[in-house]
Amino acid sequence: MQNAKVAVCMRDITKTFGPVVANDRIGLDIRRGEILALLGENGSGKTTLMNMLAGIYYPDAGQIFVDGHEVSIRSPKDAYDLGIGMIHQHFKLVDVFTAAENIILGIKDAGRSLDLKTVGEKIRAICDMYGFDIDPNQKIYDMSVSQKQTVEIVKVLYRGADILILDEPTAVLTPQETEKLFAILRNMRNDGKAIVIITHKLHEVEEISDRVVVLRRGQCVGEKMTKDTNAAEMTNMMVGRQVSLNIDRPEPVDPKPRLIVEGLTVKDADGVVKLSDVSFTAYSGEILGIAGISGCGQKELLEAIAGLQDFESGSIRYIDPDTGKEIELIGKDPREIFDMGVTLAFVPEDRLGMGLVGSMDLTDNMMLRSFRSGRSIFTDRKKPRQLAERVVRELAVDTPGLSTPVRRLSGGNVQKVLVGREISSSPTVLMTAYAVRGLDINSSYTIYDLLNQQKQKGVAVIYVGEDLDVLLELCDRILVLCGGRVSGIVPGRDADKNEVGLMMTRLGGMQCNESTH
Amino acid sequence: MSQHTKVPLMRIVKRESISFWRASLIRLIGLILALAASAIVIYAIVKLNPLNVYVAMFDGNFGTEKRTWVTLRDMVMLLCIGVGLAPAFKMRFWNIGAEGQILVGGIATAAVMIYLRTALPTWAMLLVSFAVSCAAGAVWGLLPAVFKARFGTNETLFTLMMNYVAIQLTSYCVALWENPFGSNTVGIINQQTKAGWFPSLFGQQYLLNVIIVLVLTVLMFIYLRYTKQGYEIAVVGESERTARYVGIHVKTVIIRTMMISGAICGLAGFIAVAGSSHTISTSTAGGSGFTAIIVAWLAKFNTFTMIAVAALLVFLEKGAIQIASQYNMNDFASKMVTGIILFFILGSEFFTNYRLVFRGVKEAH
Repeated sequence: MQNAKVAVCMRDITKTFGPVVANDRIGLDIRRGEILALLGENGSGKTTLMNMLAGIYYPDAGQIFVDGHEVSIRSPKDAYDLGIGMIHQHFKLVDVFTAAENIILGIKDAGRSLDLKTVGEKIRAICDMYGFDIDPNQKIYDMSVSQKQTVEIVKVLYRGADILILDEPTAVLTPQETEKLFAILRNMRNDGKAIVIITHKLHEVEEISDRVVVLRRGQCVGEKMTKDTNAAEMTNMMVGRQVSLNIDRPEPVDPKPRLIVEGLTVKDADGVVKLSDVSFTAYSGEILGIAGISGCGQKELLEAIAGLQDFESGSIRYIDPDTGKEIELIGKDPREIFDMGVTLAFVPEDRLGMGLVGSMDLTDNMMLRSFRSGRSIFTDRKKPRQLAERVVRELAVDTPGLSTPVRRLSGGNVQKVLVGREISSSPTVLMTAYAVRGLDINSSYTIYDLLNQQKQKGVAVIYVGEDLDVLLELCDRILVLCGGRVSGIVPGRDADKNEVGLMMTRLGGMQCNESTH
Repeated sequence: MSQHTKVPLMRIVKRESISFWRASLIRLIGLILALAASAIVIYAIVKLNPLNVYVAMFDGNFGTEKRTWVTLRDMVMLLCIGVGLAPAFKMRFWNIGAEGQILVGGIATAAVMIYLRTALPTWAMLLVSFAVSCAAGAVWGLLPAVFKARFGTNETLFTLMMNYVAIQLTSYCVALWENPFGSNTVGIINQQTKAGWFPSLFGQQYLLNVIIVLVLTVLMFIYLRYTKQGYEIAVVGESERTARYVGIHVKTVIIRTMMISGAICGLAGFIAVAGSSHTISTSTAGGSGFTAIIVAWLAKFNTFTMIAVAALLVFLEKGAIQIASQYNMNDFASKMVTGIILFFILGSEFFTNYRLVFRGVKEAH
């Protein structure tokens, strides 16, 4: 028995949301001086379970013990009082405040006056101890995603948390930033803190954790010491059956230029340059990957092609596969592009806020693109309904029915509905932004298969991704963006992951980097 | 850590879905509780038999044939404005300028009745009034919509302020059309000739009001649910980004929809002046432009549900007036009763969306 080291002990924890059982009698121990990986597909209940420790949800049944005492955690404040701190996937920071102001927000200290100087010193002390690098007086809106994450971590440490929960912390980081974070986590572990990291990436489990607990459909299906297990075994536990982890990459068939982007420059409403002199060509029958740290122009690039983005200069020419005629797309809105006979499919990053309407049902979402066709003033729901039926059948969408609002579906099913609709128009260009973000392994592979099918049909596929491993396995060529500029275009088959990672952080990657490790 | 060991006494849990019958049952329980609670209040405060009070409320609405028709008239008036607000609110355009749109519609109608009383026969005057009141309301809706679409101005403030412009305009017109001179009212317009008044149908003075509004209700239901423009409104309301992504011209939709919304509210002004009061004053809209917001929201923009909501609100108002006069109560006591009833009925909506879980109660899975 290692009772002395057990910080948190959860017993028979159950949580339901309506008819959905998110956690079903889960038992879990969190130990001091150990990094525990909580592994599971999306919707397996990892975040729900941890939210009950953080005081966001309250369990329907079960007991929680902290340091051997039974506790009832009713609010985030209760959690803090017990030394539990959670770093959520979506940061909870006030943009216009400084790091220090965010860190002390909500703390009721004995003193009446707000002494930011002492706060700053205390923050620096924490930073020095574990190797963080932040400026307490910097405003949040000036920070990169990884800096914001650091503020979140320091925030919980400042409040004296010694049980830390991190919800998919690497989703927004580059490989280099991830390395840095992992080094800090190891420091904290060696300092005796209990650390839980929620993830669905196997290689991270292997790299950082000491112990791994696997959840599947709200149940705990396995617990192993990380050194005693391997990726294949963990996948089987996670998915419940054998899966192949290789992504297909068929050879491009007869690639021809389909979309030629030249000198594209885009500024946002505040005049900040988002894209600067971007030029590339997308070919038919290939998948062009776009890599880059989040927010360095991917969104603007795709939206410019789709006719949704104001631009400064440049050209985007589309080459009609039937006639070979060049058509200028820039300056046209989506309807004009459609009316010119250019079938451009676009799976945007924000699925429910842009690609679909969350409160509408499957049928109504299917007709978003096509409802205008025909001269009648009335909408025709017959064809969209048939299309919805077909998408549900062919892509195995898990839905109670066609009249279910898409908001109620899980992330993977939402994405299947969106991708299904977009490819139903037989596009010649298919753009996807973070197509597998938040999707479990099965759904992700469904999406990769669909993209490959489109590629083999001669569609020019543009795949904006964040997982470098996937980009390197799936794409024929990878365009790396860095701060709105093209850092380089590399062939997918023999690119090096580290080099791509470097190109993401500085233009040109290795060539301009004197101190590679 | 003993303070942490207590399970909360009561938690609020969102319902996943609820059947129609269960929801109806909850609403029925709400109504019964409302009647019971106000019965206690009535007895405790004014020592009246609650049953008599309820009978009086019913009497106030449907006691005589005339009362019944007045109730219907007021009901369809509120319904008409609610129907006008429906497309704007469905588009998430907070049109709280119905008051102003009603007033300018009323001014337009009154102007036709006054200036064209000798030039045109009544049926032609009604057609002209219909057209100009719609146009006036549409303009009142168009202005905030254009500014919103072009410059991103806040439509809530804009439509609200347009109300005050309309009120001032009405004051001016009242002064202009004063009759008799010095009364500072317009008086009943064309009292002798009834020129420009709604005709009686089958001997009923207000039947035409009811017919026009019910037709509008059906048309608006079809418009919102089955037409392409209605679909565009729903998409723009849910997410402008989605609308842009699929090539909907958001500005066009905003402007078009607000013109429709304003036009129907202007039409309500036409019905109020030509079909009901036959005069114009700053209180012609009388706050119903705001009450109708409640109608539209409670009905979740379903125009058929609006019939029931409008009926309830008008019933309570008329009932309150009746018990106030019949039992010599002051306004406050009777308004308390209607307030309690409204509170319970709205409160039951909460329980159709959420349920309570108490400490120690085992939940069934």
